[in-house]
Amino acid sequence: MRAADQRELVVVGASLAGLRAAQALRERGFTGALTLVGDEPHPPYDRPPLSKRVLTTPGRPDRTELPVPNGLRARWRLGRAAVRLDLAARAVTLADGTRLPYDGLVVATGSTARGWPAGKPPAPAGVVTLRGWDDALALRAALTAGGPLVVVGAGFLGGEIAAAARERGLDVTLVEAVSQPLEGSLGPVAGAYVAALHREAGIVLRTGTTVEGFVTGPDGRLAGVHLGDGTTVPAGTAVLAWGGVPSTGWLAGSGLALDGGVHCDPLLRVLRTDGSAVPDVVAAGDVARVPQPLAGGERLALGHWTNAVEQGTAAAATLLAGQSPDGTPAPFAAVPSFWSDLHGARIRSVGLPGVADETRVVEHDLTGRRLEIAYHRAGRLVGALTIGRTGRLASYRRALEEHLASGPAPDEPGPA
Amino acid sequence: MQITVDMNLCESHGQCVFAAPEIFSFDDDDRLVHEASPPDALLDKAEKAAAVCPARAVTVSPASPPAAP
Repeated sequence: MRAADQRELVVVGASLAGLRAAQALRERGFTGALTLVGDEPHPPYDRPPLSKRVLTTPGRPDRTELPVPNGLRARWRLGRAAVRLDLAARAVTLADGTRLPYDGLVVATGSTARGWPAGKPPAPAGVVTLRGWDDALALRAALTAGGPLVVVGAGFLGGEIAAAARERGLDVTLVEAVSQPLEGSLGPVAGAYVAALHREAGIVLRTGTTVEGFVTGPDGRLAGVHLGDGTTVPAGTAVLAWGGVPSTGWLAGSGLALDGGVHCDPLLRVLRTDGSAVPDVVAAGDVARVPQPLAGGERLALGHWTNAVEQGTAAAATLLAGQSPDGTPAPFAAVPSFWSDLHGARIRSVGLPGVADETRVVEHDLTGRRLEIAYHRAGRLVGALTIGRTGRLASYRRALEEHLASGPAPDEPGPA
Repeated sequence: MQITVDMNLCESHGQCVFAAPEIFSFDDDDRLVHEASPPDALLDKAEKAAAVCPARAVTVSPASPPAAP
């Protein structure tokens, strides 16, 4: 290990994926210099609570810091975004001009909330997004000031924000472009179930429409939201929760393939635009577009907590593989999973329901808050979702692991 | 080893059940149950279960104190 210990490893992104990558590097015996770069000034924190208890807990919001192990021995470069990657020189440049040479690099810059389109008249004060800790504190303050609240986008984030605001007694309108919440990721049955949960909680759900523009009050602040169906909804605050954009701006011009996230091979090594893998540069978390065996090898960027954990750990293994007696790491094939808590219903899922072409409803009980759906693609199980039946997920997950272990489905085309 | 789960933190994500089904499971009311003193052979799995718990509700205490570094 002596030669390896001279290496300098840099992790760009100081959130869950970056932190877990750094942790895994140390756990696997890396003793050289380790630097973590983060664009936010805060030490690593957990994001799922930002749309849940941080918005609802009275008094001072809970801190949500992630535990940093004592043995990490990292140099922290927080509050300074990476602005450039030079693959030939093997160096990252930060916003303050600092140049960080590396022998190995982890790209874990996550994603940013999609804002109001630049081509339209600008949004007034009161139109916000939620991604980071500071966003959550601002939204929390806005909810405390009162409503009404309009949430644009009824995905997991938008649904949770709407539920949190409703729990605090605000008038909430939830706007969704397609015909049901979460239809694209969970299908129409689960979507209709979630729609019923929202309506039961007193949220006004407006589907099949989206925001066209804003009404500005005499104070210059937001007063209402114009929808595509010609109606206007009064609003003190509007949250745009209509998806994220992988944070790849700093990689522009590096020669990497970046559309929809940093393209990776199955070992999480990043790919150039010509499809060749870059040695000693890996990616993990929301920013990484990784071949998904359950999707027939299509590259997907998954913004899930567990994905950040699993990929951060796997990316570290790839980075150390050349120096390790353990030999070659296995292709990344963790079973994805995600969750959401809405109005007391615990939505839990494994696999990739979003790539299914068939849903099989095993149990559907709205009053008992129970739901179980199996998702198939070309006849093979690709995912499952439960509400109030988390115990049922373990067997689905085992089946998905066996599916992955049995190799790619023969009927699937290559990566997109 | 000893396993403790803080049920005030547990949100029934199921990640520990996926990582170490020998130790963790759910009852019919979707409440987590676990073996308090599983065999030490399961230590790696138990530590993985603790590491993947989004609520950080799982604590693993090895039976004997770890050797000094």
